[in-house]
Amino acid sequence: MSRFFYSLVIIIVGLLFIGKLVSLQLFYEESNIVESDPAITKNYLYPERGFIYDRNGNLLVGNQPAYDVMVTPREVASLDTLEFLKLLDLEKEEFIDKMARARRYSTRLPSVLVANLSKESYAALQEKLRRFQGFFIRKKSLRDYYTTSAAHVLGYISEVNADDVRRNDYYIPGENIGRTGLERQYEQVLRGKKGVSYVQKDRFNRVIGPYKEGSLDSLPEMGKNIHITIDKTLQEYGERLMNGKRGGIVAIEPKTGEILSMISGPTYDPSLLVGRERSANYTAMYYDSLSRPTWDRSILAQPSPGSPFKALNALVALQEGAINPRTIYTCDEGFYVAGVKRGCHCGGGVRDLNSGLLHSCNAYFAESFRSFYRKFETTTEAHDTWEAHMKSFGLGNFLGTDLPTGAPGRIPSTEFYDRAYGRNRWVSTFVISNAIGQGEVAATPLQLANMTAAIANRGHFITPHLIKEVEGENSIDYKFREKRYTTIDEKHFDPVIKGMEAVYTSGTARFLQVPGIRLAGKTGTVENYTRIDGEKVQLTDHSVFVAFAPVEDPKIAIAVYIEHGYYGNRYAGHIASLMIEKYLKGEITRVDLEKRMLEKTLAKEYAKPTSKKPFEINEYAW
Amino acid sequence: MRGNLLIFRLDWISIFLLLFLISFGWVNIYSTTVGNDLSGPLLDLGTFYGKQLFFAILSLIIVILYSFIPDQFIERFSSVFYLIGIALLLGLFVFGKTIAGATSWYDLGPFNFQPSELMKMIVALALAKYLSDTQVNLRYSAHQGYAVLLLVLPSILVIAQPDPGSALVFFSLFLVLFREGLPLYYLTFVLSFILAFAATLKFGLTYTFIGTIALYLSYLWVKPKQLKTPTWFNISYPVILFAVIASTTWVYNSVFKQHHRDRFSLWLNLETNQDRLLDIKQSIGYNTYQAKQAIASGRWSGKGFLEGTRTKGDFVPAQHSDYIFSSVGEEWGFISSAIVILAFVALLLRFIYLADRQKKAFHRIYGYGITSILFIHFGINIGMVLGMLPTIGIPLPFFSYGGSSLLFFCLMCYIFLKMDANRLKTHFD
Repeated sequence: MSRFFYSLVIIIVGLLFIGKLVSLQLFYEESNIVESDPAITKNYLYPERGFIYDRNGNLLVGNQPAYDVMVTPREVASLDTLEFLKLLDLEKEEFIDKMARARRYSTRLPSVLVANLSKESYAALQEKLRRFQGFFIRKKSLRDYYTTSAAHVLGYISEVNADDVRRNDYYIPGENIGRTGLERQYEQVLRGKKGVSYVQKDRFNRVIGPYKEGSLDSLPEMGKNIHITIDKTLQEYGERLMNGKRGGIVAIEPKTGEILSMISGPTYDPSLLVGRERSANYTAMYYDSLSRPTWDRSILAQPSPGSPFKALNALVALQEGAINPRTIYTCDEGFYVAGVKRGCHCGGGVRDLNSGLLHSCNAYFAESFRSFYRKFETTTEAHDTWEAHMKSFGLGNFLGTDLPTGAPGRIPSTEFYDRAYGRNRWVSTFVISNAIGQGEVAATPLQLANMTAAIANRGHFITPHLIKEVEGENSIDYKFREKRYTTIDEKHFDPVIKGMEAVYTSGTARFLQVPGIRLAGKTGTVENYTRIDGEKVQLTDHSVFVAFAPVEDPKIAIAVYIEHGYYGNRYAGHIASLMIEKYLKGEITRVDLEKRMLEKTLAKEYAKPTSKKPFEINEYAW
Repeated sequence: MRGNLLIFRLDWISIFLLLFLISFGWVNIYSTTVGNDLSGPLLDLGTFYGKQLFFAILSLIIVILYSFIPDQFIERFSSVFYLIGIALLLGLFVFGKTIAGATSWYDLGPFNFQPSELMKMIVALALAKYLSDTQVNLRYSAHQGYAVLLLVLPSILVIAQPDPGSALVFFSLFLVLFREGLPLYYLTFVLSFILAFAATLKFGLTYTFIGTIALYLSYLWVKPKQLKTPTWFNISYPVILFAVIASTTWVYNSVFKQHHRDRFSLWLNLETNQDRLLDIKQSIGYNTYQAKQAIASGRWSGKGFLEGTRTKGDFVPAQHSDYIFSSVGEEWGFISSAIVILAFVALLLRFIYLADRQKKAFHRIYGYGITSILFIHFGINIGMVLGMLPTIGIPLPFFSYGGSSLLFFCLMCYIFLKMDANRLKTHFD
């Protein structure tokens, strides 16, 4: 063979190698060379989560350290197990079992031996830990609650699930995310920014030093503190009043749209969802399908609003010129719809707007509702006008408050009735229940409070919100500062507010006056039904009340909704007046009333539908 | 006279290439074995890089000493060296030290001495000595047999260690035999058996059988008339070839051990059972996979000296010895890796050029001998690291850690370069 043949073979081999290098190195498929490198591990440094303060600067939520005892099985030397177990308060069998599990996971990587050690045990252990080779402490941060209230508003944090990780590449498994409430809404603000450190590992996954001397690393940025509009004192007081009752209370400052308190009954202590017992507590509450403590009634319950709705219907009729404040209708202890008489509790007589409101006369509002419809050529036109007015009060749709959950309520549209009855096959008599807030309309307590705030403001409201200030940011979102005007002219509010004030002075709520404060309000008694064994059964009425005060310069607008509390002022009215007094005066003068409300529960009422026995509704007996 | 000094007559192109490979090789040994503490002295005999530096300096000293030894000495005593080499290999069975399962070393206190590294050079010398005899003609089968015996004897001894990689090196000297007139059909003979074996494994008995018959018939059809092969060859070749094909399955399943089968099945992509394939990849294929990933992650210009994350993390097993090229790929990237390959190619081509300009047959044959040895190391080692060949443990000359290996490679090359430097002078002796 010639030398050229040998040379050729050598050159071909060299070219083959270079070709292989080209395909390996120049067409390397991994786009991120650092992230895909098994020799580099990205460690995160976690910042402290932002604190939450109430409107007066009281701390509601902070952080507490928690300690996990970690073990690296390979590094464990012989130890005084007796002393160690005593320090950790651990049984021998449990220790052996946990060590075996850690060893199964990895002998070279740390596993959790004991999670969430208390501060006291940690202090005792820390002094002696250096004697126990292979064990170390991992510090982490848990939420620490400085109130037992506002669980629904604050929400909670929990470990991210697979969905969260897929949706948002900020998170990796094992991290926490705000799951509900404000923790979720302001997650990005509260969580801060985690820091990163890259470490170089060897093939046994042991750390052998920083990667590139830490030049790619970054420090964590602490989460921002937020101040919320909740008044801690009022919130806690309201929750005490809700003792044994189901329902919701929402109080708003009308001028700013700030939510002063937002209460759902029954509720729970937020610290139940922290630490070692979290899972058990959550499961217990989740499966309580009767009282449903995890369900926020203040924003999710959508009962018919009842009589407070009459104030709104009066405003619409005034705006469209269907009535004026002096228009009178006669109440015959009821009114006739298509030849059928429907009852009224007001006692009967000649009613104008003022006396209609203060006696909550069904007949008056049914007649004015009818005359409103008569103003228009077609029912459709009338109904569309009514719907537009109603929706301008923030009803029938999500309010846009800064909570991740909510409910739209319902203002039935023309299409809604077209679907139910057929096109052009229904008239005002079909929908007349809406005149008195029964029938198809529905609203959440938050919407009722907001509607009341709009009346108190005489024609506008600001989207109710919970955020007051994010530390380090100039102002809150514009949508929480912007006035949203209703479609009712300001002049029409005066007679209605006068009527609502008369409710207190001489009407349905005349026993609920707060000395020294001018209040305006409206009671509501909402008929409701359930199904028991497939049969429609009427239950005790819901007690509803809306109010604002003081009338001359409204500082609080409130809506109270108590399930099966019977007539409006029986529970809701009392609670509303106590809340208003507490907020405006800071103390309660009517101690008897307060005591009764704190102690009275509706447990007996709530037990009725599931008792499997026949029962009476709307009993006067306390 | 300036021009008469040895140092000016040496082939400086080769020396420059050698110095580049040795120093760059040492840089990589340093990077793969230094760990995180960079403060220690370079010549620390407790470390791999320190030992290697020591051997580099020792090589230089020995090379300088050798400069004073006349070329005739090495030619005259090459048969004696051969006998000494065989004795050293035999002695391993009694006094050998076992490292990683192979009894290939003599324990010399702080260092271990691997006689098979020395033997590579000795066999090249002995072969050159035998073939340069004017009486010897490789057209005679007796001479063929004697030449082959020179290669096969040390091969058997190193296979027994077991060190099949080194045996392969001795077989590479067949290339020299072909260069010196061994009929080419022997090569066809051996190569076709290997191909037939691999093809049967890959494509199955029937297809290989049909394919081989088709190839053989078409070969007879196009065969040039003047090409004469002995009759015994024409008859025995197809018979043996079909015997190989027929016995492939049996050899593969019964003679081969499981780890041999795994290497073959990974290389030829034979495994169909996914679990088993994964198993092989994680055991046998682990080295290759890690080496390929490390090289690939170097991209154009590498991560930089001492910055190779996988090298630092010791991810590629044997990364300072057989798999050192992975560290070159990771830390220095495509450009430097290609330069290393080109440097090897250039050195080999230069050696062929030098060999052919020798006046004495002994020198020429020795030149081809060491070229073959270097080529087989280079080709098999880098082919293995890049995943183009099955795993065969064989070092990369001048790069892989190993004192004996570095020393004897240097000496082997220098002996040839000195022959070249003296090629005109010897003419007058």
